[in-house]
Amino acid sequence: MSAHATVAIAVRVLRQLRHDPRTVALLVVVPCVLMTLLRYAFDSEIIVFQRIGPMLLALFPFVVMFVVTSVAMLRERTTGTLERLLTMPIAKGDVLTGYAIAFGLAAVVQVMVTVIVSTAWLGLDVAGSAGWLVVVALLDALLGMALGLFLSAFARTEFQAVQFLPAVVLPQLLLCGLFVPREQMAEPLQWLSDVAPLTYAVDAAARVARETAISGSARTDLLVVALCVPAALALGALTLRRRTG
Amino acid sequence: MSTIEARDLTVIRGGRPVLTDVDFRVEPGELVGLVGPSGSGKTTLMRAIVGVQRDVTGTLTVLGKPAGVAELRRRVAYVTQAPSVYSDLTVMENLRFFAAVLGLDADEVRTKIDAVDLGSVADRRVDELSGGQRARASLATALLGRPELLVLDEPTVGLDPVLREELWRQFHELAQEGRALLVSSHVMDEAARCDRVLLMRDGRILADSTPDGLLRTTGAADLDAAFLRLVEAGASR
Repeated sequence: MSAHATVAIAVRVLRQLRHDPRTVALLVVVPCVLMTLLRYAFDSEIIVFQRIGPMLLALFPFVVMFVVTSVAMLRERTTGTLERLLTMPIAKGDVLTGYAIAFGLAAVVQVMVTVIVSTAWLGLDVAGSAGWLVVVALLDALLGMALGLFLSAFARTEFQAVQFLPAVVLPQLLLCGLFVPREQMAEPLQWLSDVAPLTYAVDAAARVARETAISGSARTDLLVVALCVPAALALGALTLRRRTG
Repeated sequence: MSTIEARDLTVIRGGRPVLTDVDFRVEPGELVGLVGPSGSGKTTLMRAIVGVQRDVTGTLTVLGKPAGVAELRRRVAYVTQAPSVYSDLTVMENLRFFAAVLGLDADEVRTKIDAVDLGSVADRRVDELSGGQRARASLATALLGRPELLVLDEPTVGLDPVLREELWRQFHELAQEGRALLVSSHVMDEAARCDRVLLMRDGRILADSTPDGLLRTTGAADLDAAFLRLVEAGASR
């Protein structure tokens, strides 16, 4: 791997984002709007908003980055630019790390704005540090990005890529403990929940918001998410084949 | 040392041969045309040379190394048939990106944009350009650095005659600097502009000769007719 090639990829992806202000606006505005809807949907039960708000705060960057990166990578595959890149002196790791840096920076902006809007205007209580909530959401964004990069290899069209959202993300969402506490699920579903990365991502956000200090469980959650990111990126690197049929 | 040396090159895709026992050489400073109808295996052969084609058997060395090894990626440039540039970036941003990947500076970018005559639209997004301009933007990226071998898949399709003339002049210049070029086309009259022509059909090389040589051996009046005679001769054999 080489630093200049990695940086070149990251700068290029950010340039592409800059040429697409509507996507940038959607990235930043949509989570804020959704948090606002959530806040006033539970207007009479503010306690519910306080419970699930942090979880959703972690979920939005995950979902958005998953979709954006899987489509971006698919485009790179279908337009032939990936094939050209792979004939050039660049490592597969440079491509993936470049993407991770660019979308990671986009996720930082998204998460900071959403956390500020949620805590300052919508009255979301964060018992611990809001900074930790940003860290959690950023890790979740990177997880979504890494899974999106990996799964884009299995889609041939943008229609298929977008279908991976309901196929891969919604089951994890149902099982992560957001809708029903995990202990109340049928036992096989609890096992599935135990191996779904999103479970740890959402649990980390809930704990960071509720607990005044970072507990051991929160640490475990963060560690699991942090390990899933390079694991998914490594799987993504395996799907980038220099030689194809 | 030959720039490209292929012996018994075969590619099987989906159980069917796409290339069969292909043998040829390309020497430094040569401008070689790869001519044949679409589906004849030109792109597969080019992909094998740049090392992105799977299931290649036989011997294929490029600049003395097995095709596709990491060391060659700096020395071989490849332009795909469809312009492979980022449509949501400007011409300049595209070239800067590919130059950065190669570790080259901004002067190099400016020179190559001028070389393909895109100076006036350098700051326009690629998706605002015409098809010919896009193809030239894609070509400019292959000129970055000093590749010893340029593999160009139908680089002049859809370009106006003036520009086509200009690009062929540049291809000859690059060859005179000692680089080798392998340029594909499905148009026979482009073959006449090359030092040597490889005529392909159904994954095989029908003829490997100079344009004049092709006319002489077949006794045909033009290269189209020469191609037909070679196909007929092949069928009757």
